[in-house]
Amino acid sequence: MLWNTLLLALRSIRRNLMRSFLTVLGIVIGVAAVITMVTLGKGATRSVTEQIASMGSNLVIVMPGQRFGPGAVPGAPFKNADAEAVRSQIAGARLVAPIVTQGATAVYQANNWSTVVTGSSDDYFEVGNWEIAAGRGFTEAEERAGKAVCVIGETVREKLFGRLHNPVGSEIRIRQFACEVIGLLKAKGQSSMGADQDDIVVMPLRTVQRRMSGSQDVSRLSISVKDSASIDAVKVQLAELLRERRKLDENEDDDFRVMDTRQIAETLTATTRILTMLLGAVAAVSLLVGGIGIMNIMLVSVTERTREIGIRLAIGALEREVLLQFLIEAVVLSSLGGLVGIALATAASIGLSSLMSLPYLFDPGINLLSFLFSAAIGVVFGYFPARRAAGLNPIDALRHE
Amino acid sequence: MSQAAALIQFSGITKTYGRGQAAFQALKGIDLTVQAGDFVAVMGPSGSGKSTAMNILGCLDTPSGGSYLFEGVRVETLSRNDRALLRRHYLGFVFQGFNLLARTTALENVELPLIYRGEPRAARHAAARAALAQVGLAGWEHHTPAELSGGQQQRVAIARAIVTRPHVLLADEPTGNLDTRTSEEIMDLIVSLNRDQGITVLMVTHEPDMAAFARRVVRFVDGRVESDASNGEAG
Repeated sequence: MLWNTLLLALRSIRRNLMRSFLTVLGIVIGVAAVITMVTLGKGATRSVTEQIASMGSNLVIVMPGQRFGPGAVPGAPFKNADAEAVRSQIAGARLVAPIVTQGATAVYQANNWSTVVTGSSDDYFEVGNWEIAAGRGFTEAEERAGKAVCVIGETVREKLFGRLHNPVGSEIRIRQFACEVIGLLKAKGQSSMGADQDDIVVMPLRTVQRRMSGSQDVSRLSISVKDSASIDAVKVQLAELLRERRKLDENEDDDFRVMDTRQIAETLTATTRILTMLLGAVAAVSLLVGGIGIMNIMLVSVTERTREIGIRLAIGALEREVLLQFLIEAVVLSSLGGLVGIALATAASIGLSSLMSLPYLFDPGINLLSFLFSAAIGVVFGYFPARRAAGLNPIDALRHE
Repeated sequence: MSQAAALIQFSGITKTYGRGQAAFQALKGIDLTVQAGDFVAVMGPSGSGKSTAMNILGCLDTPSGGSYLFEGVRVETLSRNDRALLRRHYLGFVFQGFNLLARTTALENVELPLIYRGEPRAARHAAARAALAQVGLAGWEHHTPAELSGGQQQRVAIARAIVTRPHVLLADEPTGNLDTRTSEEIMDLIVSLNRDQGITVLMVTHEPDMAAFARRVVRFVDGRVESDASNGEAG
């Protein structure tokens, strides 16, 4: 009975190609949209998480000024002495990297590239989770003397030296002085904000202050905390120390900000999560629209199908055979639509992910969920009108107008 | 009446539509006996209950009261499934509106009852082709109803009805949608099925010309049998 009913179901699908096609199409579009949107959202979230991990763990960043935008409180930059004070007085701080940045053009032979020069200590590499791919970091002597040495990022290497050339030992020109390349950083890729993290030249702090900025200013401090449990305590201590050093009255607000990576991570992931939900909601609407399309097709064909059911019953089909046939039709069409939708979504997700340089993550949960939802729509709208018709007296089904 | 057990025996069959004050009694107690091999034309004006009686005979509808014996089986006690099986194994139907499956070839329409019977593919095809040949449609197996004339569609419907070698062929106004010449061809076909294969035929019609092909004419008026007589010339 099952075999014959399957035959009848497949014949019926083939016979009503347009109806079958429209049903499948509705499911394909809905399923593909939902899966693609959610997969891209997950990729974006993962990308952000990876970026945050690449910033380094247990990281606390201190910047002058409070708030951005209107109502921002400007703050005086930090000085070298502030970094020293943090280093010597905050027990929980493992490494302290004072940072100053300057825009500059780097030149090597005929190539030049506009980049950002960062002045810091050797700790900068460890605090910022940088790996040195070739060469070395700064020695203490170089830092103290403010020697013209630099460690460059992958983008700068590519632009000045080409992809294959080992830059270590070469000299590049930054503004008016020549600078020896002593190290090359391992590539990190884009940041979550889309900035190229590898577009960087790092020099000892004193070198930048003497030869470029001409002051003792430090634009921010990156601090690596010994263990994550003490982050909050370190932040409080930092705030107290800096308030004292910046001579703030008790009733004055902080004119600096202390942030840790967890906070940054929370802000960024909250944003991407909202975006993912938004995309998912839009996609869910398309799944719903697809479902309504299927419902329309099914309801429009109910009259014809009711008569068909009457004919089948009259020539001796059992009610359960008719129902099984309709159930098989619905399941076959919905499953086909679901599978094509998943295939389409996979192709679209992989394509769009690489286009937007996001990681592609296959999410079995959303694939299964959309598939089941589409199958449910197909079965509900394909099967239930049939169930009503098959319960009629054959003559009433035959006479259905 | 004959001594042998009748093929069909209606006793006091009633059918009421609706309930309460809106109730309408379409059949007011029908007694009718049909012997195997007979050819009965059921006539009567519109609303006389002839089609209702036919639908009950064909187990497409259920009576409100009375008793219906089909080959000795009490039909009104059968379940929905058993009635379907009775249709599957003993009855064939021809309708005024043909009732073929759309976009489905003649062959597939005719083999449909055999699929429900679970016949293997080869036997099914052979039987369907033979039935189509018998109604004069050899070579038309792969045409869909839309590609066939009304008379041809009705022939396909007849082929579908007889492919299972039913005991009874129930025809409800089989020529109602056809012109006179085609109608006579269809009637000749039905007569030959009755005469050569011994299929009992019950045919509803309101055209005396068509009723003339039957051996016996039963007249319905207002939900009752008004007359029941042998047809002299067909006898």
